[in-house]
Amino acid sequence: MTMFPTTSQTSPTRGYLLRCGNDEFIDLKRHRELGGHAALRKALAMTPDAVREQVKAANLRGRGGAGFPAGTKWGFLPKDNPKPRYLVINADEGEPGTFKDRYFLDHDPHALLEGVIITAWAIGAHQAYIYVRGEFFRPIERLESAIKELYDAGVIGKTVMGKPFDLDIVVHQGAGAYICGEESALLESIEGKPGRPRMKPPFPAVVGLFGCPTIINNVETMAGVRLILEHGADAFLAMGLPKDGGPKVFGLSGHVKRPGLYEGPMGLSLKKLIFEYGGGTIDDKPIKGVIPGGSSTAVLLPDQLDITMDFEGVKAAGSSLGTASVMVFTEGTCPVAVLLRIARFYAHESCGQCTPCRDGTGWLERIVESIEFGHGRPGDCDLLISAANQIMGNTICALGDAAAIPVISFVQQFRQDFEDHIRLGACPYGNKPEGH
Amino acid sequence: MVGLVEYGGERMNLAFSSDAERRLQELLGRYPNRQAAVIPALHLAVREFGYLSPEAMDLVARRLEVPQSLVLGTATFYTMLHKRPVGRYHIQVCMNVACYLKGSDNLANQLKDRLGIGFGEVTPDGMFSLEGVQCLAACGMAPVIQVNKDYHEDMTPAKVDALLDQLRSAPGGEK
Repeated sequence: MTMFPTTSQTSPTRGYLLRCGNDEFIDLKRHRELGGHAALRKALAMTPDAVREQVKAANLRGRGGAGFPAGTKWGFLPKDNPKPRYLVINADEGEPGTFKDRYFLDHDPHALLEGVIITAWAIGAHQAYIYVRGEFFRPIERLESAIKELYDAGVIGKTVMGKPFDLDIVVHQGAGAYICGEESALLESIEGKPGRPRMKPPFPAVVGLFGCPTIINNVETMAGVRLILEHGADAFLAMGLPKDGGPKVFGLSGHVKRPGLYEGPMGLSLKKLIFEYGGGTIDDKPIKGVIPGGSSTAVLLPDQLDITMDFEGVKAAGSSLGTASVMVFTEGTCPVAVLLRIARFYAHESCGQCTPCRDGTGWLERIVESIEFGHGRPGDCDLLISAANQIMGNTICALGDAAAIPVISFVQQFRQDFEDHIRLGACPYGNKPEGH
Repeated sequence: MVGLVEYGGERMNLAFSSDAERRLQELLGRYPNRQAAVIPALHLAVREFGYLSPEAMDLVARRLEVPQSLVLGTATFYTMLHKRPVGRYHIQVCMNVACYLKGSDNLANQLKDRLGIGFGEVTPDGMFSLEGVQCLAACGMAPVIQVNKDYHEDMTPAKVDALLDQLRSAPGGEK
């Protein structure tokens, strides 16, 4: 079990995924000292199909939030398409609460890059694009320095470690749009266009970047691929759950004593994460709510925290693992104010393509805002749920659902707080609403 | 609007520096077509000219040989591609949940008070601009403020004061 302190606390013990502290950087030399490129060597000695089979056997579920099995996704590539294949890495980290992929870019890019090279070999891609969110200037510089090291060392380029397989890796800097984390919007963005999600099908594996077959994977997924090749599928499975293999990075933020990134097995106890690793809540106040997997996941109440952090475990509690980014808030926090930040986010980030989302997210924001500012009207709670339900399932991409889910769950879980707000025309917790 | 701009001789002469030109050629080599270089080229233009004036967007369209409408459509979609001048120090305060829970509203108010400007505004001396932004993906180190390229984490009112003093006394910071 590894702790990654984000403030200057004690030095962490090294884990599988979190290999260093926040004041360290693992360059190529250090990566090799830590056994780096052993996984890559193994992969290159195998056939691409055998690599894919191993990743499939390890039950590596995508770490970007949706949890789709990586090996299965790779299998969707058409066998008879003569066009080039692309590998695209989604490092457009932006789901509120989530800050795990930045760690790899900023501190351990070779863990990511080794996974990228292995995956490119497995799927037959000679060009990989890593799409990094635009605000990550320093992480981009560090990632680019690591890529340069690989070219200089002859690991990538005209050959991959001497093997006649050419591979180029390019970093593409985003420009400030959450929606580009949606995989087809991300492709549009690399193509130079506004990030508006595409209708599916066709799926990117068939018609993706520049009209070519494309595999899009998350940063942490790539780090997982490296571990599978290094330790074998069985060992990777043993680090997690039978249907949900491997170790996982968990983010912890909000009202906890030790916020930060923690590594644990897939299926880690949520309570252990909050109380043991996170040291419990600030001033040991009782918990009011926990958002388990990023802002688009349903909020949980204190009596729902006896769950394991894996895709099925969080689903059983009526929410989602998402990016395993836990945000904790304690008693005294007004859920209306928290929801307002979430509603504003989705209204701001809607790409404007689908009417239910473009107009609906604006409605949700305005209704929550009017409640927060003391202008709520009786019936607003039902109006919020009705508006959210009319977005849900009616949009091209998942942003519509992502906006609707927290609204529905906050109103259902904290209905009394919302009704009190409306009845009193003010915050029952004495919050002064902020306009900004 | 790009198409409606009346170009004077001087404006038509807007050009990339030789460094930026070199970078542009390098960027073009990374993609199978020129359109894919639009966002990197717009980043380059923001770095060169501070913001994307209609002339700067037109320059990108001409250099990449893509339609102006496409460049305008892309430029206006993304928040980091400034369409208006920003201060020498562009201060962005994260206002999302994790930062809100750790007091970002207070930091925002403190910055507004000390700088005498609101979100979306620039100080009269052009030194500072202020913006409330969405999640910066640093939630474990909340509250977070970004100044130009740099993140400032675990911020407190005292740290904000010290940061402003430091920026004021050290002009010429890297954009």
